[in-house]
Formats: sequence, structure tokens, C-alpha cells
Amino acid sequence: MRSLIFSLGLMCLSTLSNAFEAEDHAVFGDEDAGQVLRIISTADIAFFKPMIQSYLSDHPDVAVDYTVASSSELMRALYEEDLSFDLAISSAMDLQTKLANDGLAQRHSSSQTQNLPDWAVWNEMVFAFTQEPAAFVISNKAFEGLPLPENRQQLINILRQNPEIFRGRVGTYDIRQSGSGYLFATQDARASDTYWRLTEVIGTLDPKLYCCTADMIDDVVSGELAIAYNVLASYAEQSAQSDAFTIILPSDFAIVMLRTVLIPTSSEKPELAAGFLDFVLSQTFPRGTSPLLQSTMLDDANQNALHRIRLGPGLLVYLDQFKNRSFIAEWESAILQD
Amino acid sequence: MRYLLIEDNEALARAVVDRLSLDGHVVDHAEDLATAQDFSATTDYDLILLDIMLPDGDGRSFLARHREAKSRTPVIVLTARSEVSDRVGLLDLGADDYMVKPIDFSELEARCRAVLRRRGGEARNVIAFGDLEYDSLAGTLKINGTEARLRTRELRLFEVFINAPNQLFSKPKLVDRLFSYDEEASENAIEVYVGRLRRCLEGSNVSITTVRGLGYKLEQK
Amino acid sequence: MTAPTTKGSIRQRLLILLLVNAAVVGLLLYLVVQSVARQIAQESQDNILAASAISILDSARVTGGEISIDLPYSALSMLDSVTDERAFYAIRLNDEFLSGYENLPRPGDYVGGNTVFQSAAYLGEDVRIASTRRSFATDQGQAFLEISVAQTLTGMNRTLTRISSISFGVGIGFFVLSALMAMLIARSTTRPLHRLTASVSRRGPSDLSPVAAPVPSEMAPLVSSLNNFMSRLQLSLSRSEDFIAEAAHRVRTPLAIVRTQAEITLRRVEKPENRQAVREMIRAIDESSRTAGQLLDHAMVSFRTDHLSNETVNLDVLAQETVERLQPLSELREVEVKVVRLDPAAIRGDSILLQSALLNLLDNALKYSSRDSSVEVSVEKDDTEIRIEISDTGPGFPDLDSGQLLERFARGANAEGVVGSGLGLTIVDEVVRAHGGTLTLSNKTGGGACVVLSFPLG
Repeated sequence: MRSLIFSLGLMCLSTLSNAFEAEDHAVFGDEDAGQVLRIISTADIAFFKPMIQSYLSDHPDVAVDYTVASSSELMRALYEEDLSFDLAISSAMDLQTKLANDGLAQRHSSSQTQNLPDWAVWNEMVFAFTQEPAAFVISNKAFEGLPLPENRQQLINILRQNPEIFRGRVGTYDIRQSGSGYLFATQDARASDTYWRLTEVIGTLDPKLYCCTADMIDDVVSGELAIAYNVLASYAEQSAQSDAFTIILPSDFAIVMLRTVLIPTSSEKPELAAGFLDFVLSQTFPRGTSPLLQSTMLDDANQNALHRIRLGPGLLVYLDQFKNRSFIAEWESAILQD
Repeated sequence: MRYLLIEDNEALARAVVDRLSLDGHVVDHAEDLATAQDFSATTDYDLILLDIMLPDGDGRSFLARHREAKSRTPVIVLTARSEVSDRVGLLDLGADDYMVKPIDFSELEARCRAVLRRRGGEARNVIAFGDLEYDSLAGTLKINGTEARLRTRELRLFEVFINAPNQLFSKPKLVDRLFSYDEEASENAIEVYVGRLRRCLEGSNVSITTVRGLGYKLEQK
Repeated sequence: MTAPTTKGSIRQRLLILLLVNAAVVGLLLYLVVQSVARQIAQESQDNILAASAISILDSARVTGGEISIDLPYSALSMLDSVTDERAFYAIRLNDEFLSGYENLPRPGDYVGGNTVFQSAAYLGEDVRIASTRRSFATDQGQAFLEISVAQTLTGMNRTLTRISSISFGVGIGFFVLSALMAMLIARSTTRPLHRLTASVSRRGPSDLSPVAAPVPSEMAPLVSSLNNFMSRLQLSLSRSEDFIAEAAHRVRTPLAIVRTQAEITLRRVEKPENRQAVREMIRAIDESSRTAGQLLDHAMVSFRTDHLSNETVNLDVLAQETVERLQPLSELREVEVKVVRLDPAAIRGDSILLQSALLNLLDNALKYSSRDSSVEVSVEKDDTEIRIEISDTGPGFPDLDSGQLLERFARGANAEGVVGSGLGLTIVDEVVRAHGGTLTLSNKTGGGACVVLSFPLG
């Protein structure tokens, strides 16, 4: 398995060191509990804490060891270093799919998984438990006197017409650093040509590139950014200073990312993992009471404009080194117009 | 009375003829159906005794023709035992009775009497003696026009006497006539029956007189 | 009657043969349908894989002497459009690995075209691999660009399972249908046999006429043998009857003649000792005649019970007729035969035999009754049985308590040299038993014999 060399050009850029690096770590529940469930996740501790606590209240004999890592570090931990985790939670659908496709995820089937809609499960290995749309986040202050863009075309027009307002104040993912950013960009590009025109317009405005959604939101709040493009709406909604900005789901199409969970083959307690997985799914489907990341915007949005990213081997295409190389090259030529 | 016997066995026929003649009957014997037809066409018989298996045919065909001719003469069929299964058919064809061979003569007499009685009496069967009138077919005895009540064996004893009035009958002969051979009968029994008959005949001008040491005879006073 | 020894059954054999046949054809059908459907399913999977591989190949172009490939999104996404499938691919230029999964098994020789398929195990699962190649002019000269696309078999297996169950259903359905038809065929094949059986067993005991109903040609020899046999049986039966009749004549006629002559002689003989001798003679003749008659009667009864006819017999009517028939005899003996009760009572049986039994019993009763006594006859019917009771006021049965009488006639007439009544009762017993009834002998407390024939109902 380890001898498999998959060319992950993107990943190589950001992770040159050998060992996998955790960003954060926490243990919930009784440290001396008989069973410890080890989760590796791309989600912040704060983000997932309510779910874990809700689970632990029903299962006092379990402790949850929660490690936060970037999606590429998560990939490295499981794919290259073969570290043992019971659950892998990630918003990088393509990487999760690759883990499963390459045989690093266990199959799991239960009454809970049987009830999932088709889009939320792949091969009984990868299970989606949130839907997180990519949105425009607009600083209310910066847009005073300006019409709010409802779709990408309107956004292009506004940016073109007001370069003095937006120069240096447009933020978006650096897709070379962010897995989510790359995923959003590729799906955006697949869905419409508008993406490339928008990217070119943004490129003329000397954009700021970010690794993470949270940073973008912070900069919008602080006023440093007038607009952030392709921001996870769920993060923005949870922000404490949400009155400083407006979240807009593009009405032409909104890419919806699915946060997924899988049980790695390296899991030492697959039953416990399956139990937790079922618990998470039961909080989410069919009409979950999940304490986390229920984007209220999704309910109000035009369902036809929602562009849910489909789990499946199609996602592997953009991980191909040829494809990756040419996409990044195209993106760079559009966004870096120095 | 006049009998027609239709029987192909010569010896048996002769025995029957001899036996019936003893009782004073006239018997014509036919050996086959053709002869029997001739006889019955020319003579009026009181009774016909018919054998079934005959050299020139089945006795049943005679019986059928006999009934078609509306003859009232009763027919008693003589059958071999195995023809028993034909009995019902025989009666349906118009036989009045049947007897299984060998013939017991007491039984034959009894059956003949029964058959004749059923057929109804005719005047010529009435024998008159003194103030007595005896109808041999009906088996009734009238004294001065009043019917006397006689029981079977008393009647038969009386019949023996009246068929041959003034003739002497010894006790052993009367025993022979009155009882069949498997019955235990003594001459004392004859005395008893004669006594009863005498009581019946009291009041008439006829009586049974005793010829000491020899027997009895019927006489007019 | 003893049941025939049977070995096998035509219908069963036919049925088994047809069922085996149906099972074999059903199995063949199952295998053929399955293999054809498998092939079709395999082909359609191969077609998709080939389409995927070719679409990747089509996206390749040479720019500046270098191969560049713009992997189409649909190339891989089409692979799990229906079912979730793991998908793998490898892009190679000659033997140089360019992209995808390096360890994906390579195809063997390209035989008869530029697209080949193979099945292999990869990353712990069975996969189907399609490989296609095309020649490109590159910096290094002509080179084959080879694309391999692989897919797991989830959908394929699901399809195969469905195909398997469908072809199993087809096989089973065919078998069930064939089995039903086999039963119908077997039944219709043996129907003429059943019809023949029914028509033969429906016949009365004396119906020995040939079977005239048309039969299939295969059964013609059987039926003609049967007809042949029946005509021989008919002949033999009528010979037996003739023989009995002939025997009766031969034995009884001379006896009748002798008896008549003896009677005539008796009329003429005067001396008491001579008369006694003739009387003895007549009695002996009567005894012989009676014995002969009963033996013949017995033969007749045996003969008829073997071929018991099955008509409705009204026992009350029969009893009345029998009593009337004996009227002259009873008068002769001055014994009154009284019918005290006559319930309407019918059974199935042989009226000749039943009358013979009644005649024997009444004859006995008359013989043993003293003058001026009476014999009583009754036919009674209740819910369970019909009882014919004949009682007299004679001396009754000797040795009744020891049961010897019953025993004697049960095991044969002349066990103790007593011919007369023993054989008569034997006849009665045989007739009653042939009709499913029982004969009971008893002595009345006031004296006299009582004979009861009882026939259970139902």
C-alpha cells in the first residue's frame, strides 16, 4: 500500500516535511474510559465539540481523542504514514474519495446508512454529514451605496466598475495551499466558464490569497477585505460578528461541498467508529438536529441552483498530476497578473 | 281329478303316475313339450305338473304359451335344486308354485290342494254323501248346509274316507296317508283323529263305523 | 380377493421420466440464460471501460514534442454513474509510467485490435481492466500511449446476482410448468387404463361380456386378452352351473323313483313287520335325498358367495314370501308360522342365497316343532342393525352351552357325523357371513330354539 506512489503535486507544495503535523488536539470525556475513539479531522475543535459532547452524554464509557489537521496532513497521516485513526473527517471530498478508492477505508453498512440519500454515500465507505455551500461574503461597510451581487456575472460587473474600491480588497483561496479552495475552483470551473472570467477580473484587482476560510472572514470583519469569494457559508454564519458582513449564495449556481467521514482501514476499533458514525448520521439525516453547521441559507436557497459535488471517481480526475498541473497553471496565469 | 304330468324321465314319471293313481286321480303323462301341447289342447286338466328340462325345449316356453292361452289350469313346476335361481322367474312366468325334486308326495298333495284352493272351486269338485257336501278344492265340509270347522289333518282324514265311501281303511294305511314318514305317528293318533271327526259328524246321517280288528269306514246311517 | 402384486407404476414412471427431463432442461436453461446474460453484462461493462479509456486517449495531444493529457472529468465519473465503483487508471507511454496508478496490471498482448480487456485483482478487490493504446510521434520518435482503466465489480456482481436469480427463476419456472404439464400428461396417458378399470369394476358379478369401449392401440392386446379370459371364465362358470344341475338330476331322480316305488309298495303291504321295513327304507331314502340336496345347496351357496350379486333385497318382503311358500308344509304339519313383526328392511346382497337361508331355518323349525305348536318370525330394524328372528317351541339346540354346535358348523359340516341340521346351519352361516352379518343360536327359557340373523347397517 505504501509503495503506491500517487502523484499529489498539490500536496507536495505545502507539505515538504516528512512527519505529519497536527494543528490542534483535544481529548473529550473521561481519560480513563475503557475505550478511546481516535478521530482525525479537518474541522476545528470548536466546530465539532457539540457533536462529540452530545455523543459522550450517551456513551460515558468512551473518550474521544480529537486531532485537527489540514486535509493534506490528514491524507499524509493515513496514506503515507499509515497512522491509526478510527475516523477521518474531512471537507476535502476528493481526498476522502481517493482514500476510499485506493482501499484505505472500511465499508460500513447499518440501518442508518441505508436511509441516506444516494448523494450522501459512496461505496459504503464515504459518508456525507454536512452540506456546506461556497458563498460570497461581503463587507457591509465596503458595499455601502453599491448593489449587492446576486450571481457571478453581477459580481464581475461590480468589480469591473469599481476597481478603486476593490483593488487589494478581494480575497479568495490560494488553491495551491487549500484543498477546499482547489475543490471549489475545479468544480466552479467545471460548472461554468464564468469562473475563469471572474478569476481574471479578480486577478486584475491584486487579490489576497488565503489558506483558510476563517482568515478570510476575519479580514472581511476587520474591513481589510471588501469581498471574499468561495467562502464556506457555514463558517461565516457562525461568526460572532456576522452583522459586519452579508453572505450571498450565488443565484446562478452555488457549489455545495459535503463534509464527509470514513473509517480508515487502520482503525483499531471499527465497531466503536461505526457507532459514532451512525450517531453523527442520525443527527444529520433525514432532518437532523445536528448542533453543527446547519446552514440555514441552504433551506432558503433555490434548490436547482445548488450544485452538490458528487462523490465518486470523477473527483480523482483533478488529482491527476497532468490535470492538476494544467489547472494550477491556468489558475496562476489568471490570478497572478503581475 | 285329472292331472297332466310333463316329465321326460320315464321311471320318475311312472312312479308319480302310480302314486297319484293310488289316490284315485287320473294322470296323463307327456314325455315332451309337443305331446304336452297336444294333450292340453284336447283335454281340460285340473292341474299340470311341469318339468323344466325337457328333450325338445325348456318347460318355461310351455308355461308362457299356457298363460298366453288364458288357461286357468294351475301349474306346479318341478325343478332340480340348482334351478333354484330361476324360481322367481318361474313365478313371474305364471307358475302357481314349484317343488324341488325329489318330490315328497305329502308335500305335493299339500301344495296341490293349496294351489287348487287359491284358484277357486268349481261345482264339479263338490262330493255329496248323505247330507254331507265336501268341496275338495276349497277344503270345506257342509253338514245340512252348515259349514263344519275341521282342522287340516281332520279334513285330510275325512277326504280319505269320502273319496271312497263304504270302503274299509286299516289304521296303518290311515297313518301312511296322514303323516309323512319322518313324523313319529302311532295308530293311537289315528284313533284320536277319528274320535274328533266323529264328534263333528254328530247330527248328520253319516258316521264312521269301526270294523273291529280291521279298521274304519264311512257309512250312511 | 387378494390384491395383485404391484411393481412400480406406469404413471409414476412416466412422471419421473418427464420430471427428470424437465429438471435437466430447466438446469440447462438456467445455465444457458445465465452464461448468455453474463456475457452480455460483461460486454456492456467492457464497453463502458473501453469508452472511458478511449476518451482519455482522445484527450491526449502532443504539444511541442511532449504528450499532454487533459483527463476528462467524465472519463472516471462515468464509471460509477449507476453504482458506486472504485475506479483506477494508468497512463503509460511505451513502458514509462506517466500518471494514475502505477501498479495497475498491464495488459498482455494486444490481439486483434488496440483495445484489450482483462480481469485481475487490484488493491484487494477484483477489477475489470480495459486498455487501449495509440501511436504518437514524440521527441523520442513513435511511441505508444497506453491508457488502462479499471473498475470494481460491485455493479457487475449485482447484475450477475440479479441475472442469476432471474435465470434461476426461469429455470425453476420452466421446471414447475413442465412438472404441471408432466402431471397432466401422465394423468391423461393413464386415463384410458383408469377408464378400463372403472368400466370393469363397475360391472355386476355376472357381467362377463367383452369390453366394447374403444381403447388406445397399445392397450388393445390387454383388452383382447381380458375379453378372451372373460369369455373362458363365462364358459367355465356356466359349465359349473350345468354340472351342479346335472349332478342334482343324476343323484336325486333315482332317489325320487325309489322313494315313490317304496311308497306305492307300502300301500300294498299288509304285514306289520314288512310295513316297518318299507317305512325304514323310505326314511333312509329321505335322509339321503335331504343330504344330497343340502350338499348341492351348499355347493350352490359356495358358488354364489364367490360371485355374490349385489342387488337390493327387502328382507321383510323376502321373509313374508318364504313364510307363504311354506304355508302348505306348515299346514301339513299343523304348525302355525306366525309373522309377529315386519319392519321394512333392505340390504344389498343376493336374494336367492338369503331366501335359501330362510328356507333352511324355517324348514328346520317346522321339522322340530310338535303338532299344534307355532313358529314365530320377525324382522326388526333399529339404528344399528337388522335382526331376523325365527323361534320355535321344539326341543331347542342340544349342546348349545358348550358351543359345540356353533363350532361344528363353523369348521365344516360332518365333523361329528351328524349331517342334517349341521349342514343346514352351515349353509345359513355362510350366507349370513357373506352378507356381513352374524348368526346367533340360543335356546329360549321356556323351551324351543331361537335363531337370530343380524345384519349391521351402514
